[in-house]
Amino acid sequence: MKQATDPAKERYALMEKIQMVDFALVELTLYLDTHPQDTQAIQQFNQLAVESRDLKSAYEQRFGPLRQYGGSFSGYPWNWGDSPWPWQL
Amino acid sequence: MWYYEKKLQYPVKVTECNPRLAKYLIEQYGGADGELSAALRYLNQRYSIPDKVIGLLTDIGTEEFAHLEMIATMIYKLTKDATPEQMKAAGLGAHYANHDHALYYNNAAGSAWTATYIQAKGDPIADLYEDIAAEEKARATYQWIINMSDDPCLNDSLKFLREREVVHSQRFREAVEILKFEKDRKQFF
Repeated sequence: MKQATDPAKERYALMEKIQMVDFALVELTLYLDTHPQDTQAIQQFNQLAVESRDLKSAYEQRFGPLRQYGGSFSGYPWNWGDSPWPWQL
Repeated sequence: MWYYEKKLQYPVKVTECNPRLAKYLIEQYGGADGELSAALRYLNQRYSIPDKVIGLLTDIGTEEFAHLEMIATMIYKLTKDATPEQMKAAGLGAHYANHDHALYYNNAAGSAWTATYIQAKGDPIADLYEDIAAEEKARATYQWIINMSDDPCLNDSLKFLREREVVHSQRFREAVEILKFEKDRKQFF
């Protein structure tokens, strides 16, 4: 059995997807802070929130927890503190 | 409270070890218009600002910490493999003597961060105008650093941060309009 994809590449690719979706969420958050009645933007926000959650779950199954203090489940042994940290990637 | 997430807001890649560039970038780490100043300025102003704009200050202040982490990552990657000789040649000899390869909150000229960089006047318009000015100064600083940098990977991340300053400034300007509108409305009824 041959590994089809390079895990490091896959990590970067998946992380980049998360960064894209989360960036849209940051941008929509700030926009909605000053435009609270924009229905379309709220719809987009809620849709992307689901997408972000799903992408993070997929990432975490392969590469370990992303979110602190119970935002993500832990593996065994405790793997929150495992490298690499963001600046080491 | 705050939650840490093990990811950068935007990827940070550097082409090569370049402590000279790191020296300039420290301006955005511990300088007057840097990301630490920004985060602390906005999050501290929240407590006395009208409710209508607390959310915005909270969200922009939080994003500034993500930018601080990006700047730290740039400095770390640009200096981690530098020899003491390279640090010295890049103008970071004094930094190396005090901190080795550790990061520290000072500006490009080596002055330590100080709370006098930020203000909280308790007057919402004065505070928001300060915030707009801070964003414009940070945008200009990013531009000056980009002008001196020949690292295309790093410039990609710096351009992202420069654009965020533009968006933040825009949102703060809208916050001013929201407060003005509220004030007029109260007088009218």
